Amino acid sequence: MSAHIESHDHHDAHDHHEHDDGHAPSTLKGYMMGFFLAVVLTAIPFWLVMDKVIPNSQTLAVVILTFAAIQIVVHMVYFLHMNTKAEGGWSMLALIFTLVMVVITLSGSIWVMYHMNSNMMPGMSHEMTEQQAKNLP
Amino acid sequence: MNMPDLAKLIFGRLTLEAIPYHEPILIGTFIAVAIGGIALLALITKHKLWGYLWSEWFTSIDHKKIGIMYMVLGIVMLLRGFSDAIMMRAQQAIAFNGNPGFLPPHHYDQIFTAHGVIMIFFVAMPLVTGLMNYVVPLQIGARDVAFPFLNNFSFWMTVAGAMLVMASLFVGEFARTGWLAYPPLSGLAQSPDVGVDYYIWSLQVAGVGTTLSGINLIATIVKMRAPGMSMMKMPIFTWTSLCTNVLIVAAFPVLTAVLVLLSLDRYVGTNFFTNDFGGNAMMYVNLIWIWGHPEVYILVLPVFGVFSEVTSTFSRKRLFGYASMVYATVVITVLSYLVWLHHFFTMGSGASVNSFFGITTMIISIPTGAKIFNWLFTMYRGRIKFDVPMLWTVGFMVTFVIGGMTGVMLAVPPADFLLHNSLFLIAHFHNVIIGGVIFGLFAGINYWFPKAFGYRLDPFWGKVSFWFWLVGFWVAFMPLYVLGFMGVTRRMNHFEDPSLQIWFQIAAFGAFLIALGIGAFLVQLWVSYKRRDELRDVTGDPWHGRTLEWSTSSPPPEYNFAFTPVIHDMDAWWDMKERNAGRRLEGYLPIHMPKNTGAGIILAGLAFVFGFAMIWHMFLVAGLAFVALIVTAIGHTFNYKRDYHIPADVVARTEAARTEELAAHV
Repeated sequence: MSAHIESHDHHDAHDHHEHDDGHAPSTLKGYMMGFFLAVVLTAIPFWLVMDKVIPNSQTLAVVILTFAAIQIVVHMVYFLHMNTKAEGGWSMLALIFTLVMVVITLSGSIWVMYHMNSNMMPGMSHEMTEQQAKNLP
Repeated sequence: MNMPDLAKLIFGRLTLEAIPYHEPILIGTFIAVAIGGIALLALITKHKLWGYLWSEWFTSIDHKKIGIMYMVLGIVMLLRGFSDAIMMRAQQAIAFNGNPGFLPPHHYDQIFTAHGVIMIFFVAMPLVTGLMNYVVPLQIGARDVAFPFLNNFSFWMTVAGAMLVMASLFVGEFARTGWLAYPPLSGLAQSPDVGVDYYIWSLQVAGVGTTLSGINLIATIVKMRAPGMSMMKMPIFTWTSLCTNVLIVAAFPVLTAVLVLLSLDRYVGTNFFTNDFGGNAMMYVNLIWIWGHPEVYILVLPVFGVFSEVTSTFSRKRLFGYASMVYATVVITVLSYLVWLHHFFTMGSGASVNSFFGITTMIISIPTGAKIFNWLFTMYRGRIKFDVPMLWTVGFMVTFVIGGMTGVMLAVPPADFLLHNSLFLIAHFHNVIIGGVIFGLFAGINYWFPKAFGYRLDPFWGKVSFWFWLVGFWVAFMPLYVLGFMGVTRRMNHFEDPSLQIWFQIAAFGAFLIALGIGAFLVQLWVSYKRRDELRDVTGDPWHGRTLEWSTSSPPPEYNFAFTPVIHDMDAWWDMKERNAGRRLEGYLPIHMPKNTGAGIILAGLAFVFGFAMIWHMFLVAGLAFVALIVTAIGHTFNYKRDYHIPADVVARTEAARTEELAAHV
């Protein structure tokens, strides 16, 4: 009966588990690089605000948010050691899924709430327009 | 400090007045529960089962036992949730022509809220999680889940949440807001009592468990599949479980966040959802449905997996269109995040937004429809055996398609403006939740019960239960479609128009038939236990199954598989049977297993105390419970005795016993 051996020794395979799951290597150079980038990316927005380099506050907000987004990527690459191959691609897939979810939730909510506010709370800002009157249930 | 101040410090706003001794229905329930509870405790004590329960079940981190405990929790809560349902049906059937019925409005409002909360969070969720917990590791050839202790902790947090809801029955009251507790009604101004706080804290405590078990099962499926099992060789139930848990992990944090905002409004006077100071209650509705719609698919996707397994097993055929089934599931996973606004078309977002979400809603019915065709084509020219799981599956297909079609009707915004919040909507979602989720759970219970307990469920009582549920469902909910078309809205306590009464009486009769179905299911469990020797499954493969869980014994040994199987085909076990691949009978090694711990139940007990104290503003107690919670959690990290080895000769003896049993029954 045991001629067709249909199993293999799971135990061994796991106990001698090497660090071969595709993490980017965590070297001193990598950490220093990440640290340096993080400091620079923090210092620039700080300078932008303190020295009032950009007078338009909306533009300023967009610039700072851009630096923040780049900083997130730096953290993920240098400190969390994420790349396209880590964990057999699962890290990347999870990241993409997370981004899709966040974009859907944020942009969807902003879109929906913008319309809700302009249609359902007309007294908050100005008189009801013809467009809003059309949208009333 | 004088006495009242001291009492207030310790008990917050909890006084003896909170015990509803002036409500005869609640007193009756309490006495019944108390007698039943004392009898149960006495029985356990008499048979000296406490030690056994504690060491073999409560502290167990075996995924199989935790799965069974989830099922027990779900079935017990089903009885509570259904008793709410039958009270509502009875109330609406008699409250006509000036008759106020037997439920005063403030009690009736708690009942419909509790019915929704319990059925979704403490019946459907535990039953679905229980099935996934039990089956997934077996299907992928693993010995346990990725984080066994976390699994135990998740279960007990769910129990703690359920206990908070049950406590609201006898201490204070439950929310009177409907199952999603929309503000401003759930805000402090309109609901100053403890009801909404019970709602918030029971969901927050149980939500921790749900999220953690989602993470746990994702890690299990991604990292612990047997060698050879690529993603596209995974059993379809494992696929749907993976997608469900991805949905859980993505959606539940939104629920947690929105409930935190609501609690801040209620506890510290912020104005996120109030009517003044810039608060916006519409934001709550928007956020809670971003969780709420994926939640629907969290419930239904795993049972789609169950139906796929059942259909192919009982048709003796490989599942038709495996790849399309997988893609349909993944597409549903993503699309389920793009339809949430269809729950509030009427709130006024206007034509552009409404049409976008109306169209996405119609699109999501396409992959679901594709699944129906896959099941039909699996059955086509198959050798179908109408065992009980297959009956539930066919009943599901017939019922669910109707529910899906009324759903597409509701997806059309102009139609929704007429049907919103009417009994048509109630009929629609019961049509898909009962016809989909509940039928699927019963199919799953009947299908995997022999695996879990070593004997099949009695088919006669299974069929009785099925027919009562099926007929009862149609009789109970078709009148609601009719009433919905007449414009009758949901959550009504009494009616003026006598011409409606006949429909409510028919619906009440349907609910009574469903009650008989539930009763028949309980009888089925009892009869099967009594006849367990006749129904015994010695092969481990009573249905001629196709996936790995049927390759081990029934019930499986605690280590599931003596050797990790190697997979060559999607229907791994069917493939092994075809190739006459025998069991390996020598060369056993010690098996590394996780050890039981009581930390999970202790942490969940503290979380219960914390939640209860927060509800009653017993802030001193809440603070102490929270500190204890953190200290216990940190203390548990110093417990290094977490694993042990099952010696090779014990494994050899267990496997030899199975070999003997198999040989005796060939």
